[in-house]
Amino acid sequence: MKLFQQNHCLICHQAILPDVGWQAIFSIEKEQLICKECERKFEKIDGETCRICSRPLHLLEEKFRHGDLCHDCFRWEGDEEWKGFLTENHSLFLYNDFLKKVMAKFKFRGDYILARGFALYVKELVKNVDTDLFVPIPLSEERLYERGFNQAAAVLREADLPSSEILTRIHSEKQSKKSRNERIHLPQVFNLKHNADIQGKKIILIDDIYTTGSTLRHAAKLLKQAGAESIHSLTIAR
Amino acid sequence: MRFRIENNKLIAGKSFAPNSLRISQFNIIPQPPLNPNFSFNPELQKLLIGKQLLIDDLPYQLEEIQNHYDHGYITFRKGIEYAGKTPVCARCGNNEQQWFAIYPCTRCGEDCLYCRKCLMMGRISECTPLIGWNGPAPDSSLPSKMLEWQGTLSQGQLEASERVKNAILQNKEWLIWAVCGAGKTEVLFAGIEAGLAANKRLCIAAPRTDVVLELTPRLKAAFPNILVASLYSGSTDRHLYAPLTIATTHQLQRFYHAFDAIILDEVDAFPYTVEESLQQAVIQARKQESAMIYLTATPNAKWQKECLSGKRAYTTIPARFHRHPLPIPEFTWCGNWQKRLKKNKLPPNILTWIKKRLDEGKQALIFFPHIPLMEKALPVLWALTPNIEAVHAEDPERKEKVQKMRSKEIALLLTTTILERGVTFPAIDVAVVGAEDGIFLESALVQIAGRAGRSKDHPTGAVTFFHYGKTEAMIKARRQIMSMNREGVKRGLIDL
Repeated sequence: MKLFQQNHCLICHQAILPDVGWQAIFSIEKEQLICKECERKFEKIDGETCRICSRPLHLLEEKFRHGDLCHDCFRWEGDEEWKGFLTENHSLFLYNDFLKKVMAKFKFRGDYILARGFALYVKELVKNVDTDLFVPIPLSEERLYERGFNQAAAVLREADLPSSEILTRIHSEKQSKKSRNERIHLPQVFNLKHNADIQGKKIILIDDIYTTGSTLRHAAKLLKQAGAESIHSLTIAR
Repeated sequence: MRFRIENNKLIAGKSFAPNSLRISQFNIIPQPPLNPNFSFNPELQKLLIGKQLLIDDLPYQLEEIQNHYDHGYITFRKGIEYAGKTPVCARCGNNEQQWFAIYPCTRCGEDCLYCRKCLMMGRISECTPLIGWNGPAPDSSLPSKMLEWQGTLSQGQLEASERVKNAILQNKEWLIWAVCGAGKTEVLFAGIEAGLAANKRLCIAAPRTDVVLELTPRLKAAFPNILVASLYSGSTDRHLYAPLTIATTHQLQRFYHAFDAIILDEVDAFPYTVEESLQQAVIQARKQESAMIYLTATPNAKWQKECLSGKRAYTTIPARFHRHPLPIPEFTWCGNWQKRLKKNKLPPNILTWIKKRLDEGKQALIFFPHIPLMEKALPVLWALTPNIEAVHAEDPERKEKVQKMRSKEIALLLTTTILERGVTFPAIDVAVVGAEDGIFLESALVQIAGRAGRSKDHPTGAVTFFHYGKTEAMIKARRQIMSMNREGVKRGLIDL
């Protein structure tokens, strides 16, 4: 046991002063990875949210709400082709300017270790969840080589959760360069590995950001049609 | 990425071939001899010469890079080196454990250690090679007349200019210790011209982007027919090969044995002074045989001592180009001003000082040691005039507020040390509130005092340090200013 361990915040690199006190000395020390200052800048999603995508409803104008659904989910669920594939999404934080910066560093600059910071929250969230598989949204082979790691799988790994990499992705233009309409009307970009056994399985999909929900719904549709019982999803940002 | 050695050549591959290793695992990296008959890619040559780049930075296929290496034109270096068991980033020199992390890398298929310190320039890990150029330099033909600047140098500038020129031509290290407002930039012109004529690749580096942005148009105007690369975060010149480069010290991390001379402006400025990686960048960017010119108005205590004891070659420009002495700071005791500020008051002598400026219609710059104190003082001063702004480093409207001061829209500008250097307002008085605070180092106070009396038309200006107890820094700052004035008079550079 290191009594006076000097940790540095994963995000801002400032030294984190450990709590010194009898309790801190005699209890198993919880690793502090992110300083209080940075932690405060993450906006946790709480309050009343859309039943499916966890978008905070209080941020929406009345005309974009349909009961307990947001306008986007209402449209998805009204479409026979997409209805009912994604049961529910959970997102940890609002995609605010601070998280945008952290996420850009994580994904695009490839600062893998930031996954460990997010993992703490993920672990907490799935503690009491009953599920069979955690499936990270895959990158195409080209993108995976370019990035060096898959950001969704990284979060699972750092949270000590088993990662079932049963999906593959066809290489295409970056999602972030497309409009909502383009994203929805995309042909299926995912494939299921042929040896994957998902019959009757409860699955949680993991992704970094929920934007339009199109990525997760494409994956959910594929898995559901291949025999999975239910598909939930979990993303860092919303 | 993984490598094998075959026939004493390194072979890079994207696949995990048997017997392949990560580049950090080789003891020695072979370098094939230069094949003079190889027809190399001149674009790649311009991109790579004097640089240390990642494969991801190069818009060429791996095959072409490998081919240039095979013929001796490209070098591979380890991105991460080991000093015993301690990893060291070969690009930024980082060797602190907290700045490294490990990830399961899809490029090499192993747990791979990477540097977080210089991550923003592209990730360097144990399987990452740094690519450099080993072939000849590009041919450059320069015009016979390069310097188009028409101005004349003051006597003090002229002496320093000669020193710079000699140092550049003879690969010497030289410090130019020039007071605020001496006209440092013009002092460089003759040396740059002589260096370019001698076919040297030159660089002016500075810690802050503001300085690079300010110097670039001035050098382009002085050398209109010379290609100038201006490098800072987000600049479009990133891959431009030029005989004259102006760069932030941060950007020098992409260079390796590139320059015959580096002129380092503001050696004493943040973040250069605290970031070892930036000091390392400057060292790495120099050729082994090269010149180094340091420019500053405020060398630190160690350098001052080295100068005075003859260990450091230097030249002073003790007077401003307009031949008036530097304004000498006046010390005024203002009691426990922080206590007063808590009650939303300021010491009467500070208020009197400010009122006088407002009555006379003279603009003033007022420095505070910390943002919260400054923000507390702002509403107190609104009682005198609404015409005040306060500015600090993270202020999104920083530029606009400085502009308002320039265009005389506001009477007072409150600021933290962020405006201690670099900005010039023609006719202002300067005050420091709380000059005793530890943030006001000798150098900061000399720079602050140097904001007053800058222009030829307004060569004087009041500088007042309001304090709650004199500090060593205050005394040293004043002593430094006075001694420069004395020297200026003695050398006939100041008119009395």
